[in-house]
Amino acid sequence: MASQSHREPKRPGTADPPAVRIALITIALVFLALFLFIPVIAVFAEALQKGIGAYFAAITDPEARAAIRLTLTTAAIAVPLNVTFGIAASWAIARFDFPGKQMLLTLIDIPFSVSPVIAGMLFVLLLGVRAPLGGWLAEHGVRVIFAEPGIVLATIFVTFPLAARELIPIMQAVGSEEEEAAIVLGAGGWQMFFRVTIPNVKWGLLYGLVLCNARAMGEFGAVSVVSGHIRGHTNTMPLYVEILYNDYQFAAAFAVSSLLTLLAIATLAAKHFLARRAVPARHEQDHLAVKVAA
Amino acid sequence: MSIELRNISKKFGDFVAVDNINLHIETGELVALLGLSGSGKTTLLRIIAGLERPDAGEVLFHGEDASDVSVRERKVGFVFQHYALFRHMTVFENVAFGLRVIPRRARPAEAEIARRVHELLKLVQLDFLADRYPSQLSGGQRQRVALARTLAVEPKVLLLDEPFGALDAKVRQELRRWLRRLHDEIKITSVFVTHDQEEALELANRIVVMNQGRIEQIGSAEEVYHHPANAFVYNFLGNVNLFHGRIENGRVFLGDTAVELENTHAHAHPETGKAILYVRPHLLEIVLKPNGKQTFPATVKSINPAGPQVKVELVAEWGDLVQVEIDHERYQALHLETGANVFLRPKEQKLFVYQI
Repeated sequence: MASQSHREPKRPGTADPPAVRIALITIALVFLALFLFIPVIAVFAEALQKGIGAYFAAITDPEARAAIRLTLTTAAIAVPLNVTFGIAASWAIARFDFPGKQMLLTLIDIPFSVSPVIAGMLFVLLLGVRAPLGGWLAEHGVRVIFAEPGIVLATIFVTFPLAARELIPIMQAVGSEEEEAAIVLGAGGWQMFFRVTIPNVKWGLLYGLVLCNARAMGEFGAVSVVSGHIRGHTNTMPLYVEILYNDYQFAAAFAVSSLLTLLAIATLAAKHFLARRAVPARHEQDHLAVKVAA
Repeated sequence: MSIELRNISKKFGDFVAVDNINLHIETGELVALLGLSGSGKTTLLRIIAGLERPDAGEVLFHGEDASDVSVRERKVGFVFQHYALFRHMTVFENVAFGLRVIPRRARPAEAEIARRVHELLKLVQLDFLADRYPSQLSGGQRQRVALARTLAVEPKVLLLDEPFGALDAKVRQELRRWLRRLHDEIKITSVFVTHDQEEALELANRIVVMNQGRIEQIGSAEEVYHHPANAFVYNFLGNVNLFHGRIENGRVFLGDTAVELENTHAHAHPETGKAILYVRPHLLEIVLKPNGKQTFPATVKSINPAGPQVKVELVAEWGDLVQVEIDHERYQALHLETGANVFLRPKEQKLFVYQI
């Protein structure tokens, strides 16, 4: 036995046999190719199928431009609101003990656990013309469902856990000592907030913002229910893609899709960059925590 | 600025952190709050700073009630246990922070801020690190930056929470000496919290020994060490041997041996006569022959000759472990070996006795 181990260079005890390793890597790569790379390439191939002219015609079509504008507007309203909410909620949860804290943590997760379609239905039930609240609003000339406000509301609903979820653990890890130090040094509440609190969580905050933005622009289910699909008015980009596709305008559908795909790629790049910036800060925290424990 | 605490109490839930504390700190004093973790010393410090609001009692600064004065306006400097440096700012910006947040009308000009920051960084001997970030500094350097940052706002009172707790022994000693010198120079009223008795004894003008939210004794290093007010203080300051014994007719019995001792603190249990006796290791002497009622037998268990004194561990006849410190000359004269049967004699007649 001993002589055998001398002849064969031994693998470290923790390494898998080469065959297993090759098999696992192959499976992962094939899976990625099938489900990610090929579809992304297909989107662009289909989009450019009828030439670059048709591609630009498709994305500069008035209805396409209206959809792009609505998507951007929705994101521009939903993202800042949810980032504000996220900061407030994570601050409250990380800094204070109050009755119902656990409840709040659970409530924040509801949009994650509820199907977006059901979220959309909820808004229709609550704010539709037949509902008391919706009826009252309609009497005062405010249309929510089948109009832009409904789309914005539905988008806010489905995206609101994103920033908060990202910020809560960071705020908890950073702790309140630096904030106390700022106050003792004479800083006011806002000075402390903008000079100490926000800079300490900024990478996590940007990360949450990127995620929130991606979801806001890409949301389909909830928005589809409340939108009413009025061309040129209440169609967001994902909804517009569906309509084009159903009209057999494949090249145009893929052209608009390609814009969403580009957004996704940009988001991933930003996410990758921000995650790398955010990690050293957290690592330092761990290091500090170990020191404290010691 | 003098500080006066009157009947301060603070609870966290059911836990009494600070229990009706009265304390007066003179202008320019350097006071140590000494106690184990959970003794309420940090809470008391945070109450002085205004970071914590007491449930009862009042804090007076210079004779004036400061209970309703916000932390910002108290003009206190607080050095946090883990420094709480702003991690996203350079050393320079950290020190400048207190000046930059002054309302615009009163804020010094940029050049003046720079001058003061560099002056403070020179004071803590860290001017060459002005452009570094806190994560690039050693523990001792961070501590000094934290001090410079605190001094930048010219506080009337300096409060330090375990200032050297997270540093290694060598750096700790150096910083201790440095803080002592700094205090002698700027004469600012200072209070620091520590669990390290050596630190408190070496650094402070006065020591406040705390236990379970109450003050056990206030006094100079000399007073608390040589004239402890009670068993807790005696036990807490320095190494101590603990014997279970009995007191009958003024005589102390350890095991079956009666040791004749006078007792200034004879607090034996009135019925059983049971008592706990405390003796410091250097106040016991090892002798080779018994001497009437003044000695009791013991067996040498281990010997540690490293250090300025020889530390000998013995087992008393009745089974208690006893630590004794003797000097090297005596050790050589005795020819001690592990397993040797010897006798122990208290050097002083004043053993510390405490009721069970």
